[in-house]
Amino acid sequence: MRYNERELLSLSRQPAEKAAEILMRVPKKGSVLKKRLVKLVVNFLFYFRTDEAEPIGALLLEHCRITKEEENVFSISFIEEPERKYCFECDSEEQCQEWIEALKRASYEFMRRSLIFYRNEIQKMTGKDPLEQFGISEEARFQLASRKQ
Amino acid sequence: MKLNERSVAHYATCDSPTDHAGFLRKRVERHHHHGHHGTSYQRRWFVLKGNLLFYFEERESREPMGLVVLEGCTVELCEAAEEFAFAIRFDDAGAKAYVLVADGQAAMEAWVKALSRASFDYMRLVVRELEKQLEEACTSLAACRKSPRRSSSGRRRHLSNPALPPVQEKQHVLENGYSTWGSPDREGGHTKPPPLPPRRRSAAGSSVPALQESPVSPETTCFAKLHHWYGQEIAALRQEWQERQKRGHP
Repeated sequence: MRYNERELLSLSRQPAEKAAEILMRVPKKGSVLKKRLVKLVVNFLFYFRTDEAEPIGALLLEHCRITKEEENVFSISFIEEPERKYCFECDSEEQCQEWIEALKRASYEFMRRSLIFYRNEIQKMTGKDPLEQFGISEEARFQLASRKQ
Repeated sequence: MKLNERSVAHYATCDSPTDHAGFLRKRVERHHHHGHHGTSYQRRWFVLKGNLLFYFEERESREPMGLVVLEGCTVELCEAAEEFAFAIRFDDAGAKAYVLVADGQAAMEAWVKALSRASFDYMRLVVRELEKQLEEACTSLAACRKSPRRSSSGRRRHLSNPALPPVQEKQHVLENGYSTWGSPDREGGHTKPPPLPPRRRSAAGSSVPALQESPVSPETTCFAKLHHWYGQEIAALRQEWQERQKRGHP
C-alpha cells in the first residue's frame, strides 16, 4: 500500500501530545525490549532510535486495544490480530497509566464518539444543536445513527 | 519508515464510519526518458475515514492501493485542464500535491468540504468547543438555583424555553457517557464531562411536576412566577440528584 511517507515524516516532527523514552518490543519472533523515543502525534505513535531524527516506524492508533500487562508494562494490539502485541515497559506505574490513558484517547474514532456525545447532551439541555454554528450539523459522520455505513 | 500496514488496511475496509466516499480521477505524472512528462488520470475509488484518505483500484477491491494522511494540508480548487479538479497540497513545500477530479460540481464541492475538515486538529477543536459549551450549560443551570432573585437575560432565555420537552430517556449512560463501538476494550475517558443534572422524567414516574402541568404558560407576563416555579423544580431535581450521589449512583 502506498502512502505519503514524506508527510508522515513531517508529522513525526510536529509537537507531540506525549513523548518519552520507553522500552519497546515489537511483535516479531525473537525481538527484545529496546530503548526507543516514543512520540504520540494526533492518532499516530512514532518510535525512534534514541539518537536518530527519523522514526523507525509509526503505528496508526485506530481500532487498537491498549492493555495493561504486568507492572509498568502496557501493550498495543490491533483488532484483527489481537495476539500481535507491541509491548512497552515504562519507568514507573504512574507513567504506564498516563500512557494508557493518553493512547486510549488518541484515536479519531474516540473523538468522533465524544463529539456525538457532547452534541447530544447540549441538544438535550439547551434545545439547540451546537454544530449549527460550524455548519457541519448535517454531516453524516456526526449523526448518532451513523455507526455503520 | 515502517507502518502497521495490515492494521491500516483493515481499518480502511472495515465497517467503521466512512466520512465520504466516491470515484475520483487521480492525476498521475508520467516521466519519460527524454525528460518530458505526460499527464493522465486514473479513476479510483476513494474512501475518507477521519484524517485518512484511502484509494482503491476498484470499488470492490479488498485492499487499498494507497493512503493519503491528511495532516498539515490544505484543499483547494485548482486550475487544471480538467473541470471539477481540486488539489490536496501540503505545508511542506517540496511535497507533491494530489490533484483529483470529481464527476461534477456537486461532487467536487462535497469532497472539498469533507477533506478540508478532515484533520485531527479540526476535530479536536470542535470537541473542545463543545466540551466548553456543555460545561457552560451545566453551570448556568446550577446558577439558576442559587440566585432566583437576580435575573439575567441569559437565564431568562433558558427558563422561558418550555420547548424543552420532558425527555423520555433511558437513564443508561455508560462510563464517559458514550457506548463503545467496535473495539472490545472500553476506552478510558478524558476529562469527564461535568455531572449532569438528571433528566426530567415523565409525569408518571416523578415527584416533580411535569411541564404540562405548569400553572403558568409561556405567554405569562409574570416572570417572577415562572422563575419561582422553575426554580422549585430545579431545586427538587438537584436534591434528588444529590441523594442519588450519596447512594453511590454514578
